[in-house]
Amino acid sequence: MQLIECPYCGPREEVEFHYGGQAGVAYPADPAALTDEEWGRFVFVRANPKGRFEERWSHAAGCRRWFTAVRDTATYRFSR
Amino acid sequence: MAETLTRTGALDGWAARFAELPDSVALLAEPFHTMTSVRGETTLRPNTWVEEDGFDAVWLGPDEVLRTSPFRSAAELGGTDVSAQRTTIRLRGAHARDLLETGCAIDLHPRVFGAGSAAVTLLGQANVILLCLGENDYRILVRSSFAAYLAEWLLDAATEYRG
Repeated sequence: MQLIECPYCGPREEVEFHYGGQAGVAYPADPAALTDEEWGRFVFVRANPKGRFEERWSHAAGCRRWFTAVRDTATYRFSR
Repeated sequence: MAETLTRTGALDGWAARFAELPDSVALLAEPFHTMTSVRGETTLRPNTWVEEDGFDAVWLGPDEVLRTSPFRSAAELGGTDVSAQRTTIRLRGAHARDLLETGCAIDLHPRVFGAGSAAVTLLGQANVILLCLGENDYRILVRSSFAAYLAEWLLDAATEYRG
């Protein structure tokens, strides 16, 4: 099984982690001002690149901390 | 009329089955350890535990430490009382590490996970805090509701070491 490097605990098995989607999606500064379409885009629309992708991961079965990792979506290889 | 509530550990009633195991994988339930959670900056190194003044301090995260003691009260330890969350199992004997390795993915070899090491990880399907006390001597902290599952799992995993 693949090992994922937790920045706090070190390398652990993939099953200990929980995926959190794309990293760096900022919460709108003024959510009330958004149209329904803009809000829908903020909530649902995410990048889906082939290759390097910055994403959030949670070490759910370990230290329970969130961190940002860079993963290649084609090879599943993690890099920093 | 006030009823008297009896204090019961999560693994009460398992002692007889634990006693059937050989000394090479001796299991012992250690109930009623006081545990408190302390948040904030810590000087503990990641994945370690240390014996401090009257309690053990376990690194759980960059800003989270678990203090445990079988003798002290939660007020004496400080922090938030989480004693009811977990119960404790002691595993020791010549095959203790072999037994854990059948269900735990982290490297338990003494050069990596020696005395003083701690890890929050999975053992079988259960989330545990694993403390290494010495060679082939481990303390396992497991949620009380998972304790029966883990005891059953450990007994099953120990089958090959029975005489």
